[in-house]
Amino acid sequence: MAEKKVGKQTVRFEKGTYVAGGAAVVGRKEGEGPLSASFDLLLKDDRYEEKTWEKAESKMLKEAMYLALKNADKKKQDVDLVLSGDLLNQIMSSSFMARDLQLPFLGLYGACSTMTESLLLGAMLTEGGFAKNVLIGASSHFCTAERQFRMPVEHGNQRPPSAQWTATAAGSMVLTEQRCPVRIDCGTIGKVIDAGIKDANRMGSAMAPAAVDTILNHFADTGRSFADYDLVLTGDLGYIGKAIAADLLVDAGMDPQLVKERYDDCGTMLYDRERQDVHGGGSGCGCSAAVFSAHILKRMEAGELSRVLLLSTGAMLSTISPLQGESIPGIAHGVVLEVC
Amino acid sequence: MEKKDIAKGYEAYTESFTPKPPYLKNCLWAFFVGGSLCMLAYFVQGLLMGGGMKEDDAQTLVTVGVIMIAQLLTALGPFDTFAKKAGAGLIVPISGFANSMVAPAMEYKKEGLVLGAGAKLFTVAGPVLVCGITASVIVGVIYWLTGM
Repeated sequence: MAEKKVGKQTVRFEKGTYVAGGAAVVGRKEGEGPLSASFDLLLKDDRYEEKTWEKAESKMLKEAMYLALKNADKKKQDVDLVLSGDLLNQIMSSSFMARDLQLPFLGLYGACSTMTESLLLGAMLTEGGFAKNVLIGASSHFCTAERQFRMPVEHGNQRPPSAQWTATAAGSMVLTEQRCPVRIDCGTIGKVIDAGIKDANRMGSAMAPAAVDTILNHFADTGRSFADYDLVLTGDLGYIGKAIAADLLVDAGMDPQLVKERYDDCGTMLYDRERQDVHGGGSGCGCSAAVFSAHILKRMEAGELSRVLLLSTGAMLSTISPLQGESIPGIAHGVVLEVC
Repeated sequence: MEKKDIAKGYEAYTESFTPKPPYLKNCLWAFFVGGSLCMLAYFVQGLLMGGGMKEDDAQTLVTVGVIMIAQLLTALGPFDTFAKKAGAGLIVPISGFANSMVAPAMEYKKEGLVLGAGAKLFTVAGPVLVCGITASVIVGVIYWLTGM
């Protein structure tokens, strides 16, 4: 009898699962953006004193996790399980971080939806009594993503105005069964939604339907609406995807004023659109991971936000699927954080 | 409604949110930049010939010079910054080809000289070579047949 299941896709956390703390490590461009004050470590050089971009990204994730533990006032020995993922083949960044951390580890792949995927699963494991403290995280790096999905970094290729910038960032949170100011209320597991966009330079357009689908199903399952949240925040739809999602939500019957006031996207918050030439906005696992783990958590702990719906949004393409003529499917997982 | 129709409809809908690149402006700018680059190369060639060099040698030297400058700028870093502003005018001439060889060499060197840089050197330029050589073969055959 799945008594914690609500509606079609939502799970409710009743026993008590909390976020003890969070932290984010970001690269140079992100450290020069509007949210820089909220991040725990700003790197001057995206190489982070490592020989390869992949090693740098792994180190960023590891450091974010150590800082999250510090902010949560917990020790590494307190952690029962680590859940994390990234964009790289064979989740290279997470795997090698886990090798260094030497804790029980479950690697995840959800593309850019990994942060809320790990939040959801970590909360379910804590709620189910399988772990007392769970360390979750996600990372991305502009250079590792470019060399895997697109072109060598020094290549002079052009990016169209709709192309998004993969964030060099890592975010981590510590989930716990001990009572803390911020609790995890419920979560909605997303379905893969493919609206038929084939152009990888239009990621926001490709992912928006998945985000809207999860939001609407979340509201249907919980009986809530925009009025019940201070903020509904998608991970990386970017400027274009955010506008499309807002339009689709209003078209589905949501209050236009509330959508305007309470819906936002991390990809549009991470960079300064005028000053920093990022075209379509930020993207990558690290985009939502860093914004959720640092900026949002801090605002909640300061009492500025009392209930938020966070949705990391992922594009489930592979390095070869667009070449084989496939369109880009999207997915979004929602998690509700609440100040108790 | 068929999946294909939904996809078409959605794509058309998202077009209204997606800013278009200024195609005409970009083309004109590429023409100007690319043309200027070639004019400059032609001018240098003229100087060399004026200094006594044979035409063939001057052309070769100028071509090698453009390639070397593009390679150096790629290795030092600013090439992609220039290319972003210059656009196709820098990529279409041989400077772009040079960049498309050096960029993967730099990137994949991390995986070793043989299996990294060596194996992936032509990842970007490969299609250019395949198309160019294939086209040359076809033109050559046509040339030979019409000459018979």
